[in-house]
Amino acid sequence: MQPFRVHTGLVAPLDRANVDTDAIIPKQFLKSIKRSGFGPNLFDAWRYTDRGEPGMDPATRRPNPDFVLNQARYRGASILLARQNFGCGSSREHAPWALADFGFRALIAPSYADIFFNNCFKNGLLPIVLAEREVDRLFADVAVFPGYTLTIDLERQSVATADGSLTYGFEVDPFRKRCLLNGWDDIGLTLQHADEIRTFEARRLHDQPWLA
Amino acid sequence: MSTRTLYDKLWESHIVREEGDGTALIYVDRHLVHEVTSPQAYEGLRLAGRKPWRVGSIVATADHNTPTTHWDEGIRDPISRTQVETLDANIAAFGAKAYFPFRDRRQGIVHVIGPESGATLPGMTVVCGDSHTSTHGAFAALAFGIGTSEVEHVLATQCLLMKKSKSMLIRVDGTLPHGVTAKDLVLSIIGRIGTAGGTGHAIEFAGEAVRALSMESRMTMCNMAIEAGARAGMVAVDDTTIDYLKGRPFAPPADTWQRAVERWRTLASDPGAKFDTTHVFDASTIRPQVTWGTSPEMVVSIEDRVPDPDRERNAERREGIARALEYMGLTPNVPVTDIRIDKVFIGSCTNSRIEDLREAAGVVRGRRVAGSVKLAMVVPGSGLVKAQAEAEGLDRTFRDAGFEWREPGCSMCLAMNDDRLEPGERCASTSNRNFEGRQGAGGRTHLVSPSMAAAAAIAGHFVDVRRLY
Ligand code: SF4
Repeated sequence: MQPFRVHTGLVAPLDRANVDTDAIIPKQFLKSIKRSGFGPNLFDAWRYTDRGEPGMDPATRRPNPDFVLNQARYRGASILLARQNFGCGSSREHAPWALADFGFRALIAPSYADIFFNNCFKNGLLPIVLAEREVDRLFADVAVFPGYTLTIDLERQSVATADGSLTYGFEVDPFRKRCLLNGWDDIGLTLQHADEIRTFEARRLHDQPWLA
Repeated sequence: MSTRTLYDKLWESHIVREEGDGTALIYVDRHLVHEVTSPQAYEGLRLAGRKPWRVGSIVATADHNTPTTHWDEGIRDPISRTQVETLDANIAAFGAKAYFPFRDRRQGIVHVIGPESGATLPGMTVVCGDSHTSTHGAFAALAFGIGTSEVEHVLATQCLLMKKSKSMLIRVDGTLPHGVTAKDLVLSIIGRIGTAGGTGHAIEFAGEAVRALSMESRMTMCNMAIEAGARAGMVAVDDTTIDYLKGRPFAPPADTWQRAVERWRTLASDPGAKFDTTHVFDASTIRPQVTWGTSPEMVVSIEDRVPDPDRERNAERREGIARALEYMGLTPNVPVTDIRIDKVFIGSCTNSRIEDLREAAGVVRGRRVAGSVKLAMVVPGSGLVKAQAEAEGLDRTFRDAGFEWREPGCSMCLAMNDDRLEPGERCASTSNRNFEGRQGAGGRTHLVSPSMAAAAAIAGHFVDVRRLY
């Protein structure tokens, strides 16, 4: 996994609450057996005016000029500013894969759906929770200043504007933070405890043989 | 000893080790696998040179992509076929306790076959790369959906790293009125607490009305716990649970059955156990429900009208209502009974079990699907449900009325196969999600109970099923 330490990037605002995983990556694209290549179909139904199907060449699609990610000023954005309950819906990891494949490294919103939130960390995508009021302020500033960028410092747990005029702190689970900072793979970490797992398992299956 | 909730008991009995910060390594008893969220996990396993930790924990099936007609022709869509064949190959290479592949007579929706085969047992942790894994909590199991990275993590280590959720008690007192089902109950609960109401919580459904529910109905409730934002829903063990499990293929055999039952009997919250959040509902006030919007919380009763955004004071909510009504093609203040439908879908892991089909067939019997309805279909949850329904003649009842009787699978719940809504089409659906495009791009979904879906099929618009009984 790619480590996340300090990231400075262009911010794109998605001003809708309850953006669900079907909106993030419509289900016709879930048939792939790979983890990559979902970026071109991120927010497909909103991003294009034609109906997307797997295998279409993005160059031949009809982009919806009204959709925020199609606007020139947000091209190359790597931080997505969103509203509450972002990522609700399914457990499919295709949603964070699509966001990451598109080029997002971090999300900022007042709240996220649980499973989606977890899945982000496992894919090197940092979902930052800020207060409603702080998110409102960022939405207002993004709208006013073209080229609005933010710097996210995971070690210091801060989100700041380039000139330092605005800095917000955020909370992050210490374990998740360590994994992201180091780019650690969860499985390798867990397997360090293989003996404990084996002991636990043996006792459990002995006490409740019907679980085998 | 202090009093504990059911969730406390399930959680504590699965802790392999605890990190100082509250993160725990939780042991997984049952791992359900399907074709959509597993290929990348197996690919990861292979790339790292790892093997499944405990093959005996894995029960797999193909359900999301499989067609519901012309099984003799196989899977025509090449991409869907690749996913299903990839699962075939992965199970062949790595093994499983049981695999119900495409066209097997026990194949079906993963959340239907787990319980019906007895692979879901009280006291287990049950995980699957699918959010509706919460369904299995009906058996006093700790059951929740996981992402593909976690699927790989469970395959490789038999464990998950997690933090304990908060606990929520949803107590439903009283008795559900005649013609009102578990689906109506859970939809009205979601309408009240909202789709984020359960976020960060594990919900226990309890109270007189829940105790009175069958296992099928409890599964419907727990299935939709995720739509209330909770990762898990659960119901304590009682005689209903134990009677359901007895004799199922993977249930404990005779020599350990008594011991298992004794242990299962402890799987209930202790009297006086503390919950972080409690909601109390009165079952006798619940009426049949119909969703009008693009989120399960956008729901009203059949006696109500489509809401008017102008009456909503909160600006964000007002905009949300207006946007949903626009997508749904609905006018404010119209009675729900005036909403005409194009298609009817009876199926999905929420409502495709035998009891659901009996309930719908009871409404349909001796009646005809309205001429204005383009398609009314019944998709049983599994091959065994289908066989049982056919043994009871339910297929005839549906067919005689003009319904299509299909092969099992997820079907139009998420429209990954050919079963889908066309843009603008309106559907009465017994599934669990009414998100934009869920049942096909531009499709309009109204979530209802099986009997309400059946009644809508007959009338061509929503009607109060209590009038048809
Ligand atoms: S029936 Fe629908 S909700 Fe259930 S597992 Fe299948 S796709 Fe998911």
